[in-house]
Amino acid sequence: MRIGIPTESQGGETRVAATPKSVAQLVKLGYAVCVETGAGAKAAFPDETYIEAGAEIAATSEVWASDIVAKINAPSSEEIAEMKAGATLISLIAAPRSPELLAALAEAKVTTLAMDSVPRISRAQSLDVISSMANIAGYRAVIEAAHVFGSFFTGQVTAAGKVPPAKVFVSGAGVAGLAAVGTAGSLGAIVRATDIRAEVAEQVESMGAEFVAVDSGQSQKSTDGYAKEATADYAAAAARMYAEQVRDVDIVITTALIPGRPAPRLITAEMVATMKPGSVIVDMAAANGGNVEGSRPDEAVVTANGVTIIGYTDLASRLPTQASQLFATNIVNLMKLVTPGKDGSLVLDFEDAVVRGMTVTHDGGVTWPPPPVAVSAAPAAAPAPEVVKPEKKPRDPAVTYAVMGVSALALLMLFWVSPVGLLGHFMVFMLSVVIGYYVIGNVSHSLHTPLMSVTNAISGIIIVGSLLGLAVPRPTVTMAVLAIGGILLASINVFGGFLVTHRMLAMFKRS
Amino acid sequence: MPITLQLGSYIIAGLCFILALAGLSKHETSKRGNFFGIIGMGLALAFTVIGVIAGLTWEGLEGPKSPSWAAVAILIPMSAGAIIGIFMARRVEMTGMPQLIALLHSFVGLTAVLVGWTSYVEVRGASTHDGVHSAELFIGVFIGAVTFTGSIIAYLKLSAKMKSAPLTLPHHNVLNLGAIVGFFGLTVWFVITPSVWLLLAMTVLALALGLHLVASIGGGDMPVVVSMLNSYSGWAAAAAGFTLDNDLLIITGALVGSSGAYLSYIMCKAMNRSFISVIAGGFGSDGAVSGEAKDYGEHRETNAVDVADLLVNASSVIITPGYGMAVAQAQSAVADLTAKLRARGVTVRFGIHPVAGRLPGHMNVLLAEAKVPYDIVLEMDEINEDFPETDAVLVIGANDTVNPAALEDPTSLIAGMPVLEVWNAAQVIVFKRSMATGYAGVQNPLFFRENSAMLFGDAKDKVEEIIHAL
Repeated sequence: MRIGIPTESQGGETRVAATPKSVAQLVKLGYAVCVETGAGAKAAFPDETYIEAGAEIAATSEVWASDIVAKINAPSSEEIAEMKAGATLISLIAAPRSPELLAALAEAKVTTLAMDSVPRISRAQSLDVISSMANIAGYRAVIEAAHVFGSFFTGQVTAAGKVPPAKVFVSGAGVAGLAAVGTAGSLGAIVRATDIRAEVAEQVESMGAEFVAVDSGQSQKSTDGYAKEATADYAAAAARMYAEQVRDVDIVITTALIPGRPAPRLITAEMVATMKPGSVIVDMAAANGGNVEGSRPDEAVVTANGVTIIGYTDLASRLPTQASQLFATNIVNLMKLVTPGKDGSLVLDFEDAVVRGMTVTHDGGVTWPPPPVAVSAAPAAAPAPEVVKPEKKPRDPAVTYAVMGVSALALLMLFWVSPVGLLGHFMVFMLSVVIGYYVIGNVSHSLHTPLMSVTNAISGIIIVGSLLGLAVPRPTVTMAVLAIGGILLASINVFGGFLVTHRMLAMFKRS
Repeated sequence: MPITLQLGSYIIAGLCFILALAGLSKHETSKRGNFFGIIGMGLALAFTVIGVIAGLTWEGLEGPKSPSWAAVAILIPMSAGAIIGIFMARRVEMTGMPQLIALLHSFVGLTAVLVGWTSYVEVRGASTHDGVHSAELFIGVFIGAVTFTGSIIAYLKLSAKMKSAPLTLPHHNVLNLGAIVGFFGLTVWFVITPSVWLLLAMTVLALALGLHLVASIGGGDMPVVVSMLNSYSGWAAAAAGFTLDNDLLIITGALVGSSGAYLSYIMCKAMNRSFISVIAGGFGSDGAVSGEAKDYGEHRETNAVDVADLLVNASSVIITPGYGMAVAQAQSAVADLTAKLRARGVTVRFGIHPVAGRLPGHMNVLLAEAKVPYDIVLEMDEINEDFPETDAVLVIGANDTVNPAALEDPTSLIAGMPVLEVWNAAQVIVFKRSMATGYAGVQNPLFFRENSAMLFGDAKDKVEEIIHAL
């Protein structure tokens, strides 16, 4: 089958749905790939690089006539008209907000796989463009803010005076939020972040930022991986927290989105008015109504008190090469999933929750919304019966002391009747045991084998015992034989043990 | 030669041995440690041999002097032993290390028996009876004999010359216990009336005990057994030191004994088993294996080409080898794969479970032989936290050490055993010959996880196929 990669027609779009690298992977899956002339130009992928990767360069109409069309944005009605009946379209669709588009696609008998309707289950992560694009957008949001912001992000002590670090506040710790946290942190800013889902605090902290919780004693547990709308109580507590944070920081980045609803209004005009002149807000939800009062989609607005509110909706497209790369990889992963035979033929298995979830039109009908999928599949079988393990009771310290006391006493009695010479040996023995224990406690696991072979070698010191067997004026034949046997065996240990240890140690090399 | 000179050399040798063990605690100082061991041994041997041949003087008195043929009687077996030892040490394959170590333990054990007997014959000649000496001698011979036969059995099992499954005689614990009680009885008898027959009877009893003790322990518990025998060989040397009034033997024996005991303890902890339960016999000897009937779902198979693809696109890969890697002799292929991936900028590391392999530290030696740099070979505790950030894990010939049931299923036989938490990685590839269970006989739910895939076949062939597909 042939996959067509058209040039994006939507204004301002710089991305492309395939890169030379992804083309090579698609070809490996058995597909023929044709790329529209100049499709990758804005993402720095010239036509020749596609040809090198095994694609052919074709005209618009030819590309749209392919069996499979993969692109970034949803097609226009003219473009749909150019598609073959029974062809497959892979792109962003925004299914909840585009009933007309779905109807048009269904009418054209096009099977549509919506890249933005991938169910959020771990298996589908590799084809989730929402995550991959959000990651880029989060990064770019910080870069945009830094571009407008008039100071350093990182604190410095210079000959010209001390520079305090910028303070960045990120609202929403989803993929975009975490990417923003990471980027701002790596530029040296002090980063704080909040999220309605308290369970993400750990993730925020793992990125080196401080998590700011909303003080209302209530939090959300997410069952489908997305945030939901909050209650009134919570909203009041959140508003107080936001007011406090916004006043304090230099950069605010908001990422709060709730699927299928307008973005929640987190920051009011009054809060913006309390910010320092020169502060920057990036409203990543501007396309859906904005988290910040006064933000306008695709514009950077400067308020009366000198705060810039950036509402760009094309943050991912502002990194066209990277965004194309990730989007294209997501598409390759999708194609791997639906090409079980690796023979270039597309097989849609509607039993598969991922495929079913993404398919929004098929065979002339609209198949959206899909049946719900829970994030973590519940264990099918009943849980194994709990085994109550008897708790090990910690031993009563009195018993321990008693046992120690009795053993000490018994040993003392034993020593009382022992010859003096033996006690000297016991002293040496006891100290050596203790030394051995502590010395070995430090040996690294990886050296345990050489350790054993070296102890083998030194326990060959027992040869001394056999040697002493010969240190008598007239050893009997029995004695001589026993001693000579011992010398032979122990020598094997001494020489073999040291040599094999040396051989092993010589092999351990650092990189 | 003044006896003070000889004893002085022993003190320095004892110190050298402590430095040898201390040096082995780190890679940087390990070669120096071995060198200290050689110095100590050389000193002690030189002064002992001179003392034997030239005789010792003690506060102006002449000690006993051995006959003139003693020099030859020492030199010939010592050179023979050196030749054999050097030959074995040079020839041994690193996969064969466990066998060699076990064999060397048996030599120490047998020497201890011979030393005990020599001492008995010598004392009988002097016809003085000393109860304490008799007891020391008896204990030394006992430990030596147990070490000897135990190590021989361990050697046979490790070199696959004997079935590694545990031998389960009826009432095997009673047999062991009976042997120990019998030993105590004989000791008391021997202290009161020493006789060659009692010594002989005890030696035979101890040989039988060593045989039975190790024969009833299964192959997967060998790391514990080998370190236990290491410990015994030390105690045997220490007991010989008591018999001969020789502090150097006591020091060395105690060092080796406690080091082996500590190693056994670490190994037992890594399997979450008590020392007693390991000694008392292999896994599953009590019959019931829980959870066998459970439905784990379907496992997924993959092929070398897909794995190669996965590895090339990964940024971080962890390899967790087990005994299966040693069996398949796959370490060079694995090292080759590692080098190729690292050359492409993929971070590759190794995660080693303490009881992986048949000898403590076995995997490290194999990987070192295959020229994997040791700083990317990490211990379980160092690497367990990194699995969630890892793109792909290759499980090569490991099973029980990567079993999630140890943490999640309280009814599992291996519940509570610390394991490598490989299932937290994005993708796990398990190299295995079949779906058979590991040593513990426990099914591994890892194989049925959504993010694992099985790559069936000989590990070496499969790794080579992956390298080819890269």
